[in-house]
Amino acid sequence: MLGSYSGELLKFVKRPAVWVVAGVWLALLLAFTELFPYIAYRSASNTQLAAGLLQPLLPAQLSGHAITGYPVWGGSLILVLGALCSGSEYGWGTLKTMLSNRPGRLTFYFAQLATLASAIAALVIVAFALSSLASVLIARSANVELDFPTATALAQAMAAGWLILVMWTLLGASLSIVFRGTALSIGLGLVWILAVENLIRYTASLIDAVAQAEKFMPGADAGSLVAALGAASASQTGIAAVVSGSQALWSVVLYTLLFGALGAVILVRRDVQ
Amino acid sequence: MADVALSTHGLTKRYGKATAVDGVNITVRHGEIYGFLGPNGAGKTTTLRMVLGLVRPSAGTAEVLGRAPGDPAGLARIGAMVESAAFYPYLSARDNLEVLARHANVPRPRVADVLTTVGLAARAGDRFASYSLGMKQRLGVAAALLKDPELLILDEPTNGLDPFGMADMNDLISRLGHEGKTVLLSSHNLAEVQQICDHVGVIFKGKLVAQSTVDELRGSAVLVISATPIEQAEKYLVGLVGREKVSVERDMIRVNVDGHESASINRQLVLAGVEVHELRREERSLEEAFMAMSATYAGTRGGSDAR
Ligand SMILES: Nc1ncnc2c1ncn2[C@@H]1O[C@H](COP(=O)(O)OP(=O)(O)OP(=O)(O)O)[C@@H](O)[C@H]1O
Ligand SMILES: [Mg+2]
Repeated sequence: MLGSYSGELLKFVKRPAVWVVAGVWLALLLAFTELFPYIAYRSASNTQLAAGLLQPLLPAQLSGHAITGYPVWGGSLILVLGALCSGSEYGWGTLKTMLSNRPGRLTFYFAQLATLASAIAALVIVAFALSSLASVLIARSANVELDFPTATALAQAMAAGWLILVMWTLLGASLSIVFRGTALSIGLGLVWILAVENLIRYTASLIDAVAQAEKFMPGADAGSLVAALGAASASQTGIAAVVSGSQALWSVVLYTLLFGALGAVILVRRDVQ
Repeated sequence: MADVALSTHGLTKRYGKATAVDGVNITVRHGEIYGFLGPNGAGKTTTLRMVLGLVRPSAGTAEVLGRAPGDPAGLARIGAMVESAAFYPYLSARDNLEVLARHANVPRPRVADVLTTVGLAARAGDRFASYSLGMKQRLGVAAALLKDPELLILDEPTNGLDPFGMADMNDLISRLGHEGKTVLLSSHNLAEVQQICDHVGVIFKGKLVAQSTVDELRGSAVLVISATPIEQAEKYLVGLVGREKVSVERDMIRVNVDGHESASINRQLVLAGVEVHELRREERSLEEAFMAMSATYAGTRGGSDAR
């Protein structure tokens, strides 16, 4: 298993597309969670509004604020990463090369998932470092005293962020196994995160049945988890306390396991061409 | 059956209504180079996929090195290239092999060794995507050799190779055979199979129609005789060896007898007053034998595509 993991890691870090996704992801993070809100704060028309806009950008709010992007746009790019990693094996025909080489199918699959999960952990750490840096700079520029969240709160936020991204990457990976390739799986995954979850969010306020269904949606539950950690609710980020924090956590964990199991079952059962 | 490296029993694969592989029983013994022949679409690749555990049989079983197909412990002793060489395009040949080596827990220096074996050492740092067809194929064979496996399963390994590459590849496979490795080789190049294989299996439309040594498949040699008067010669030969062994084709008499009888037949014809212009021993090549079989089993020269 360790050998397979190191083999998958080598494939992963040498792949240019991986670095493109990671670079774009970090750029979007800085733009959407730090830069744009900061510009909005600077251009606020009155001081009361400005104070409200500044509040979440300060280091004290770091734990919740840093992961506001994860449930929707952050998750969607990471879904692409998962689909790229598993799905390309079909397009290149490398799945048969790997599976007729040595590892059992499950070993291969879990080595791939472990690689994704560890890469996401690294990404979250870098993201938090960048967000902390940005929040400190913002606090300095606004002449606000530095006040940091507790280590526990930070660790919780990082773990929750990691879990949400792992859930979405597993959806991408398992869809790419279901559809034997990257294109359709990325398309459908993005439609789910960006369109379907959004439409459900809007319709939920109108139709009660949809509101009940929304409580069981992976995106809505990821948003609830982030909300429970102190992020401000906002429709564009998909952050809203639809369910309680603990229910949200359970739901995201279950979806993660479900998506992971889906890919495993299909990979093990299907013929490889 | 300790000497059997690979065997299949009624191996069958159906895709919908079509049967790609139909009750195939092949037996490959340890240390033998086994040629797996058949026209396009006959089911060779599908059989090899089932043997490697990539494709699940619809019926029947296979046993490879004493294990079920796809069992990691078995795969550790098998090197394979199925259909075409498929690797990560953005990685160099060296890195591609490194990935496989890590998965299979193969010591690092093996990578350089096998790259040298297939003649890719000079280009090992180039991306796979930039490789020519023949170079990709060589890398495929290098990957199959990586684990120093007991059993090599190679699906058309010379596909896309230049004449030097083919010669190298055939030398390599023969050498592996001499080193005691078992090789299951599918190929369309019958001259090369005739040269390097001990046993062959022939598959038509998913069915194994022959499995024997190369020599058995080629059948016995024939004597081709040109003599005048031809009627007298034919009559005499029929008397000598029997009607069923004598035929006349384009002014030549073909006699199905062992080559070592040629001198005595020559002498007897001359004694009988026939003038012998030419008498030679003609062997049927594997290719001729294969063509003759395809007329019987496939109806046409084509494979199951015409199904
Ligand atoms: N996944 C599949 N779905 C449907 N039919 C298939 C599939 N794979 C193979 N076949 C069919 O099975 C038959 C055997 O194919 P196979 O690839 O085993 O032939 P082959 O002997 O390797 O031919 P070639 O010499 O061209 O490589 C063909 O008719 C092919 O169309
Ligand atoms: Mg084939």
